[in-house]
Amino acid sequence: MPEGLDAWQLIVSGDATLFAIVRLSLAVSLSAVLIATITGLPLGAALALTRFPGRTGLIVILNGFMGLPPVVVGLAVYLLLSRSGPLGFLGILFTPLAMVVAQALLVLPIIAALARQTIEDLWREYRDELAAMDVGAAGRVATLLWDSRISLLTVLLAGFGRAAAEVGTVMIVGGNIDGFTRTMTTAIALETSKGDLPLAMGLGIVLIALILLINAGVWGLRVWSERRVGA
Amino acid sequence: MLRRHFLFCLSALLALAAGTAATFAEDRSIVVASTTSTQDSGLFGHILPIFKDKTGIEVKVVALGTGQALDLARRGDADVVFVHAKAQEEKFLEEGHGVKRFDVMYNDFVLIGPKSDPAGVAGTSDIVAALKAIQEKQAPFVSRGDRSGTHVAELKLWKDAGIDIDAAKGPWYRDIGQGMGAALNTAGAMNAYVLSDRGTWLSFKNRGDLEVVVEGDKRLFNQYGVMLVSPDKHPNVKVDLGQAFIDWLISPEGQQTIANYKVDGQQLFFPNASQGS
Repeated sequence: MPEGLDAWQLIVSGDATLFAIVRLSLAVSLSAVLIATITGLPLGAALALTRFPGRTGLIVILNGFMGLPPVVVGLAVYLLLSRSGPLGFLGILFTPLAMVVAQALLVLPIIAALARQTIEDLWREYRDELAAMDVGAAGRVATLLWDSRISLLTVLLAGFGRAAAEVGTVMIVGGNIDGFTRTMTTAIALETSKGDLPLAMGLGIVLIALILLINAGVWGLRVWSERRVGA
Repeated sequence: MLRRHFLFCLSALLALAAGTAATFAEDRSIVVASTTSTQDSGLFGHILPIFKDKTGIEVKVVALGTGQALDLARRGDADVVFVHAKAQEEKFLEEGHGVKRFDVMYNDFVLIGPKSDPAGVAGTSDIVAALKAIQEKQAPFVSRGDRSGTHVAELKLWKDAGIDIDAAKGPWYRDIGQGMGAALNTAGAMNAYVLSDRGTWLSFKNRGDLEVVVEGDKRLFNQYGVMLVSPDKHPNVKVDLGQAFIDWLISPEGQQTIANYKVDGQQLFFPNASQGS
């Protein structure tokens, strides 16, 4: 990033480096949330609707994993993807793909655990109706997921917030490589260590603004769809 | 209707993900494990675009302390290491992880301290006497504590001063386990002394009350070296591209490019390439 510029100047001048960093941050975190959603929602639904021995233990573990320390997940993924690790042959360490994998692992428990709770609550309400409708298990899951979609949207936002805000995993598995794996959070860490605190703080404000913007957009979508459903 | 909008959002997300996947594509690039001092001082920002223009090779720098950078290369996760702790580099070579070591450039370490100078060491050029005074007065001192080249150099200087730092350390000696910039930030906040490489100090912006208190001792010499990671040990190493980077660094053109890097008119690194050892 150019020397001696503050974050505001970078924004108004449309600084290409800043936009590339913002774009990478969003692409990585949204991809991670997408993967965690595709795997986490069915997992949460399955846990909500089935009964088997050890289920309670599994739920406690899943809930606990919502608090996985990013730096530990980063280290674990690093050891997996390192050339001397079991998945080293893939050669994806220090790429955005590795960052997506690590963030997806971080976000998956949040989405699965919160989805499980949401769906289970709804199921208690709907149990008799669903039984009366005589639909199969897949049909039940689909109905419950669809009917709780607005609450689930908040679940996805919680996952996105976690991914966009963390620095621990992306620093370790991405390496904070200039122009390639540098995200908003690792750029902030770097500018802090260079002692350019105004630029670091400015970038922080840009990041917070982005997260707010995305949340506002989803809120708008929610209000809009509630109106439709209400009509 | 609603379902269609939901699907639309989902496909928009997928498109974004696909866009990311496109940026994953392989190119002519190498991974260089290097030190925070070369990155934080802005040296790489100056030389790498010039190298890329000439060769088309993209250099991806992972900046860590020297110890960590060498460990990263030991696991085969880098093609080239560019660090500054000669004894550790030679150990790396002996273990067979590196091909050959070349001197690239040097600068020097400086002792940074608060303007109030509680240990009364400002102005001397005897680093050993200064460290003795700091320890005697129990003046706050920040240590990198991260096995970086600067940390290794600091430990050696304590030894030169005849101080067993493990035994002598107390609340005055703050081992923070972080990079050079973080150590300078901490020293600034605590009015502490800290050993820094000159490059990072010159480009550091949050100086507060800190200034250079000791410089010019020949024991403060700081040599940087570069090595190709051994393809025999790590078959995935990009030998041709990595060697091209090393050859350029020690070529007259690369050396001149390093010499040309200045902050506020001051040269940060002094080229002194060798023919290898």
